[in-house]
Amino acid sequence: MSDAPAVEVRGLVKSYGQVEAVRGIDFEVRPGETFGFLGPNGAGKSTTIKILCTLVNPTAGAARVAGFDVVKKRDLVRQNIGLVFQDTTLDNYLTGEQNLRFHADLYGVPRTQVAPRLKQVLDMVDLWDRRGSVVGTYSGGMKRRLEIARGLLHAPRVLFLDEPTVGLDPQTRSGIWAYINDLKQREDITIFLTTHYMDEAENCDRIAIVDHGKIVVLDTPEALKASVGKDRVQITTADDQTAIAELKSLFGIDDAAVREHQVTFSVTDGEQFVPRLFAELTVPIRSVSVARPSLDDVFMSYTGKTIRDAEASAGDRGRAQMMAFRGGGRR
Amino acid sequence: MATQVTSETADSIADLIRVSVPQRSLGRDLRAVSIVWRRELLRFQADRLRIVSALVQPVLFLLVLGTGLSRLAGRGMPPGLSFSTFIYPGVLSMSVLFTALFSAGSIVWDREFGFLREMLVAPVSRAALVIGKCLGGATVATFQGLVILALAGLVHVPYNPVMFLEVIGELLLLSFTLTAFGVMIAARITQMQAFMALNQMMVMPLFFLSGALYPLNGLPTWLTIVTRFDPLTYVVGPMRHAVFSHLGLSPAAAAATAALDPGVTWGGWKVPDGLSLGLVAVLGVLLLGLAIAEFRKTD
Repeated sequence: MSDAPAVEVRGLVKSYGQVEAVRGIDFEVRPGETFGFLGPNGAGKSTTIKILCTLVNPTAGAARVAGFDVVKKRDLVRQNIGLVFQDTTLDNYLTGEQNLRFHADLYGVPRTQVAPRLKQVLDMVDLWDRRGSVVGTYSGGMKRRLEIARGLLHAPRVLFLDEPTVGLDPQTRSGIWAYINDLKQREDITIFLTTHYMDEAENCDRIAIVDHGKIVVLDTPEALKASVGKDRVQITTADDQTAIAELKSLFGIDDAAVREHQVTFSVTDGEQFVPRLFAELTVPIRSVSVARPSLDDVFMSYTGKTIRDAEASAGDRGRAQMMAFRGGGRR
Repeated sequence: MATQVTSETADSIADLIRVSVPQRSLGRDLRAVSIVWRRELLRFQADRLRIVSALVQPVLFLLVLGTGLSRLAGRGMPPGLSFSTFIYPGVLSMSVLFTALFSAGSIVWDREFGFLREMLVAPVSRAALVIGKCLGGATVATFQGLVILALAGLVHVPYNPVMFLEVIGELLLLSFTLTAFGVMIAARITQMQAFMALNQMMVMPLFFLSGALYPLNGLPTWLTIVTRFDPLTYVVGPMRHAVFSHLGLSPAAAAATAALDPGVTWGGWKVPDGLSLGLVAVLGVLLLGLAIAEFRKTD
């Protein structure tokens, strides 16, 4: 049983009229894994999650979650998954505890287990003391934590987190990640999450980078970073254009370009390259920074753009998709 | 990749679990009905302002309009019967009208604030969710009616337990049908403003055409016909009958009062109270079915 994939996706396609949100995706998530979908807004992450959670039917292809087909065994899939949506789905007029009890009854948590389970999940997210307060009085981070607790209440085998920390301040974000990592210690659970934060993707065992509805590359964060291989060097100079020209003529570096007001390029061994740079470049250098490859560089090397650029260009597609969602009716 | 093999493994797991856990048991669905129902009560309880504000209009009708108009209408009233007493059953049905529709409207809020999604992804049948919602709306609306019922003494209606039971039953029936109607409408509406506007558009015609404020006999033909299409008519009639038969009037006054309590007639044939209420019940079940179908569609 533990060998069967927690999530299995084959040739998944979803189109909304003319718009193809997901264009043929294949992957497997192993039980116990934290698996991340990383990509700009409008890349098809949320659509994929909606299909896996039985909220949307695929146009083509198939998907299984916890061993059940998401179209044919909808109820069994729902029984086995926990869901934390991008936007909150709590009842603001009920207390935290009432929200969780509602969920427990709806998901058929055995009555004798409700109270201990409630305590367990509320303790985990540090909300036990606030369980009697009306959710409307909670902060954004507390609501998110309550939703994570709720998603876990019925002991799901797969937890889906759709942009779990979007719109939260950095402190709350890292707090939520601490809970998620803690969760993996305590519960036998597979986590599937989407994010467009690079630093968050680092928490995953494996990442699939998605762009334009397709998986561009899928591997562990370390392997992905190693595949880029090069360090990123950023310099500010008195004359960027001359610097770029000289980097090409003197060192044969042809990927140098101005990004975010700095000349950015990659070399195999950044720290040893810097002394040569000072010795040979004729343009005065004002500052230098060398960085090990980040997932940003990985994204860049596979898609040819930064994730922020990708979001800007995906904006229109995203909007078209939103229209299609609204037109598609209620959910 | 060993796709074939993994699919088979997954199938065998599916079989195992399907055998041990019944996919959908009646008990599970009843538990869902119960929690959705309880949530309505909790929210109603928490919202004191709503309870008070929903009281304002009926009380206004009963005490202010009733007292004021009795100076005009008093001449048409038999001795011992005030105009306020006459409109009392109508005002009772009005109080549940507002609350039932408002309760159904909370589905639109739930959609706007995302909570509806939490319900719709749950592994329970949509029917359970809709039934729970309608029962919740009916209970809450009947509570609201009880408050008006408590005011019976103010309009010279005796606190008679038999009458109370009859009226409460009728209020429950009416509010269930109204909530089912509201839920069916709310399933299609995504904005609260739109639902409110629609509500405004429906409430007054339903109320005015029901015979809540005037007897349904001797009306012009067109109005007679229109009033027979208002479901509220079929509750106000029996409810007025229930109230009037417990007023303890003198035989002479009772005979005169009978003219003001003609019941519902179809071309001269008086529809029995039982049939009248039965029609409302059938309509309620029909609307409930439509509401469930509407929510199934969102799959």
